[in-house]
Amino acid sequence: MRAGGTLPRWAELGLVPLLDVLCAFLAAALVVLAIGVSPLAVLRAILAGALGDAGALGYTLYYATNFVFTGLAVALAFHAGLFNIGGEGQAILGGLGTGLVALALDRVLPGWLLLPVAIAAAALFGAGWAAIPAWLQARRGSHIVITTIMFNFIAAALLVYLLVNVLIAPGSMSPETRAFQPAASLPLAHDGLRALGFAAAPSPLNASGLVALAAAAAVWFTLWHTRFGYRLRVMGLNPGAALYAGIPIGRMTVGVLCLSGALAGMVGINEILGVQHRLILNFSAGYGFGGIAVALMGRNHPAGIVLASLLFGILNQGGAEISFDIPAVSREMVTVIQGLVILFSGALAGFSRPLARGLLAFAGAALSRRAGAPASREG
Amino acid sequence: MAALLPELLSLASGTLRMATPLILCAMGGLFSERSGIVDIGLEGKMLAAAFAAAAAAAVTGSASAGLAAGCGAALLLALVHGFASITHGGNQVVSGVAVNMLASGLTITFGQAWFASGGATPALPASARFMTVVGGHNILVLAALASVPLTWWVIGRTRFGLRLRAVGESPRAVQAAGVSVAGLRYRAVLACGLLTGIAGTYLSLAQSAGFSREMTAGQGYIALAALIFGKWRALPAFGACLLFGFVDVLAIRLQGVAVAGVAVPVQLFQVLPYGLTVILLAGFVGRAVAPKAIGLPFVGGR
Amino acid sequence: MSPGQTAQAAIELRGVSKSFGPVKAVRDVSLAIPDGAVAGIVGENGAGKSTLMNLVYGLVSPDAGEMLVRGREAVLSGPGDAIRLGIGMVHQHFMLVDTFTVAENVALGAEGSALLRPSLAAARRALGRIADEHGLRVDPDAIVGDLPVGEQQRVEILKVLYRGARILILDEPTAVLTPGETDALFRVLRGLSAGGVTVVLVTHKLREIMAATDGVFVMRGGRLVASRPTRETSPGELATLMIGDHGRSVLLPDATSRRRPAVQPEGFPGDAGVHRPHAEAAAASGPRSTQHAVSLDLRAGEIVGVAGVAGNGQGELLEVLAGMRPLAGGRIGLGGREVTPAAPCDPAAMRALGVAHVPEHRHRHGIVEEFTAAETAILGYEADPGLGRRRLDGRAAERSCAGLMARFDVRPPDPRHLSGRFSGGNQQKLVIGREISARPRILLVGQPTRGVDIGAIAAIHREIRALRDEGCAILLVSAELDEIAALADRVLVMLRGRIAGEVPADADPETLGLLMSGAGRERDAA
Repeated sequence: MRAGGTLPRWAELGLVPLLDVLCAFLAAALVVLAIGVSPLAVLRAILAGALGDAGALGYTLYYATNFVFTGLAVALAFHAGLFNIGGEGQAILGGLGTGLVALALDRVLPGWLLLPVAIAAAALFGAGWAAIPAWLQARRGSHIVITTIMFNFIAAALLVYLLVNVLIAPGSMSPETRAFQPAASLPLAHDGLRALGFAAAPSPLNASGLVALAAAAAVWFTLWHTRFGYRLRVMGLNPGAALYAGIPIGRMTVGVLCLSGALAGMVGINEILGVQHRLILNFSAGYGFGGIAVALMGRNHPAGIVLASLLFGILNQGGAEISFDIPAVSREMVTVIQGLVILFSGALAGFSRPLARGLLAFAGAALSRRAGAPASREG
Repeated sequence: MAALLPELLSLASGTLRMATPLILCAMGGLFSERSGIVDIGLEGKMLAAAFAAAAAAAVTGSASAGLAAGCGAALLLALVHGFASITHGGNQVVSGVAVNMLASGLTITFGQAWFASGGATPALPASARFMTVVGGHNILVLAALASVPLTWWVIGRTRFGLRLRAVGESPRAVQAAGVSVAGLRYRAVLACGLLTGIAGTYLSLAQSAGFSREMTAGQGYIALAALIFGKWRALPAFGACLLFGFVDVLAIRLQGVAVAGVAVPVQLFQVLPYGLTVILLAGFVGRAVAPKAIGLPFVGGR
Repeated sequence: MSPGQTAQAAIELRGVSKSFGPVKAVRDVSLAIPDGAVAGIVGENGAGKSTLMNLVYGLVSPDAGEMLVRGREAVLSGPGDAIRLGIGMVHQHFMLVDTFTVAENVALGAEGSALLRPSLAAARRALGRIADEHGLRVDPDAIVGDLPVGEQQRVEILKVLYRGARILILDEPTAVLTPGETDALFRVLRGLSAGGVTVVLVTHKLREIMAATDGVFVMRGGRLVASRPTRETSPGELATLMIGDHGRSVLLPDATSRRRPAVQPEGFPGDAGVHRPHAEAAAASGPRSTQHAVSLDLRAGEIVGVAGVAGNGQGELLEVLAGMRPLAGGRIGLGGREVTPAAPCDPAAMRALGVAHVPEHRHRHGIVEEFTAAETAILGYEADPGLGRRRLDGRAAERSCAGLMARFDVRPPDPRHLSGRFSGGNQQKLVIGREISARPRILLVGQPTRGVDIGAIAAIHREIRALRDEGCAILLVSAELDEIAALADRVLVMLRGRIAGEVPADADPETLGLLMSGAGRERDAA
């Protein structure tokens, strides 16, 4: 293979991204080494903490659920050539929306009616929060990256204000609302399994996990099997072709960002309806930014995102447990890995292309040597 | 009147203290963005510097060693951003996000490993910090004040500044003039690293007595907002930093104070920088025009 | 060889050749440009002019041959070497910083000191001196972005002179200029020449060659085919030399396809009115968006060719008619529908009205390289109910793409092949196939065979003729005069955003070349 030659498609789509991610994990291993801990020991501890028993697995999947939502949110916008770094703020608004519905209606509506409304509210609030920056870009020309960053902070401050001054439960010392009535709780996975006759350890994994899988399928279907998805991809891959085809870029920008915001808003249902059962502060906890790592690692494909989310779920859960086993390693190591994945799979994407080229050349030489050897003996 | 004067002085002094990291970061960001490299990683560089400075000061007991370490850490992250954005031609926003997450994770990871107190560094004695030199302010505040005319002078009055502005507007023109686009941009990114390094050092060695996790608390983004609000110019950006610093002081002073019978929410002050920037960017008040080539990787050749 | 009589040549080339892959861009060119002369280099697009000048400026290095600058052999490893030898280049696309003053632009990269003030003062002094010497006056404190294009170009020339250039190369300098600005430029060039500066003017506009140069070199197909002292030649001779007669016989249509088609075609529902569209578009053209009114009629069953030198508004005309650019004034009548600035029509709506469009720039507009052929083959037609009522049926798209590929001989005939991985000719067949398959009433075609191999050219031409014979109205923009001669029933010539004239399809290339170069009017006046 020539030094500057192009790689075969499978290598470009599979090998190079894989090597990029490997680079990120290698760099993470170096960080672990730098603090004087064996990377292998950390790996063992993480895997044991994340997958060791059914309860741990439940936690892993519960974390993964959030990553699926924000990863899909980022990926959908990426496909349209838009960079939504506002997942954090949209998740906060999603939680706020679902929380407000639960607070207002949990004594009025039965669960089967309340939950869909509350979920819809999460999507609607997330979409609304994304719609403003989208509209500002489409009509006023302000860049979506900067406005969505600013909107993250505005959303966080809004939540603090509402919890401290308006929604706080009477007599409570901490900024949180009253607990919802049971009608506003999403079914927990271990309850469901027990009803089916399986014993399962308790974990926060809840029905939002299924919503996340459905969302992944829906995003996949939208992108590759609808006209909207087709136009979205044209817009992202070749804006000139979108102009040529008569695709309304302004309207599409708002539409895509609304869907993206709605997906990010779904973090709210997992956290608020699934686990906390009250509105609290900081429930979005970095999932918005984590979604960028997940989307980049999953190559913006829903299946890849589900897999990357599982990995980050493992890291999150294993990271939470690891400080018990290895006190020198904090759970923020997970943030480091996310940062490294964003660096190597995102900003440095294709960084390992020379490496892939070398590997292929090496493999090619080895194959031809083996093929060539009998021939030369005959000759 | 006589009673008001000390009050005003203390308000001004407080504003300057709050604005110092913003000013340094905004001037750093100005170098980078005027050269065409978007930097949303101001926050991360400042955080890493704050940690490195506190860690070095804790170990050596010297504030200047802390400053050197702080600047070193920020420069390292600036180089990462530079490599991804300039040499590799990657997405500058993605790279900035990576820098922020790396700083957020690495500071706590190393902090926990080295000092075992939840990511914080030990409290520093006065001897390992930057203490007051003039009028209640320390040398880093003075450095921040000096950075403004210095930035203005370098950008506007030197050959380097001319080329830097040119490369942010039209890298092709710079290349055609026989000047290295990458070389200029690396220098700009490193200048940004140096200034954010001083800003981070100020946070942990002057404003506080040590590092605590996520201690930048979004100030890097506020500095970015100030830079945009100041339309990528040194003096207006300085003004925006002072304004945002003042808003911060006001938020603290007005906590629990009712204006016309209504309690003023602190959060309103907190979001003011972000809200104002969004409004400015949307063109409702004036217009912020970014350098033309900002965020675009430059691929050499004809 | 040399057109002038001066003793020493400023630049001499001996047997210079340069290939890019299989393309021989410059073949064995030898020429000498006398010191202090204004020399013109003319040729059609792709004749090798730009490559030749890039060789002289050190942007590319020759495969063979040598270059002498003022009698001394010169080997250039980059523009830096050329600048040191006193060679300067003014590019067609300005290399200016719009937000800077004239003095800042001139000083950029050639500042004398680390401080700006002395550097700018030196630049200002030099600008004053150059103004005195050559009459090249520009306000040094004006912001470049505020200057008219003609003055911006002066700044480019000043930049080059400030760096001590004695040999000045201008690449298509008048492409963006108004006639008045062009005349001013020529006066400046005359002044420079009188001051001892050698000027090389690269252009394909014959009027300019006649007006501005002492001698002219004609290039065609990478070769230097003639050199003449300007006063001993004529636009007519130059046009013939430029265009030649190569390839015309290959591309000339056979007698049967030239037959006028039936005016009233079958196969289209609706009244005959829709087949008589009338277009009167005011297209915005040029970087300064000067607006020119264009009026034209396009009738069913005819191919109207639009000839012209690139950048004279043909592309903008196509884009306005396709709905990609807003109409600045006037109206477009499409049978029953009227498009005006107040009632605009986007490309999707245009398609619904039966307007298909093969864009000039295939990669920028026509295809999505990362898409499969089947996906590219529905671009703009994705709303077609045949592709599924609710969802977008990928299988249906692949089936119809397979049909398209068979009909238009797209290779490889695999609907899942990535669009970017087809050869240029097959990509173009895919695009043309897509637009023709929509059975349009009007087809807008830009550069249908640019970057397409010979075999595909014939096939594409056949399809376009067949569509015309079915009664479609076709507007064809092409930079290839041969192509226009082979396909068009009548020919419009565009010049500076306007229709400069209409000629019959069998007009001789000389007439066409004169109209295109703008020399026609002068000859008429004379």
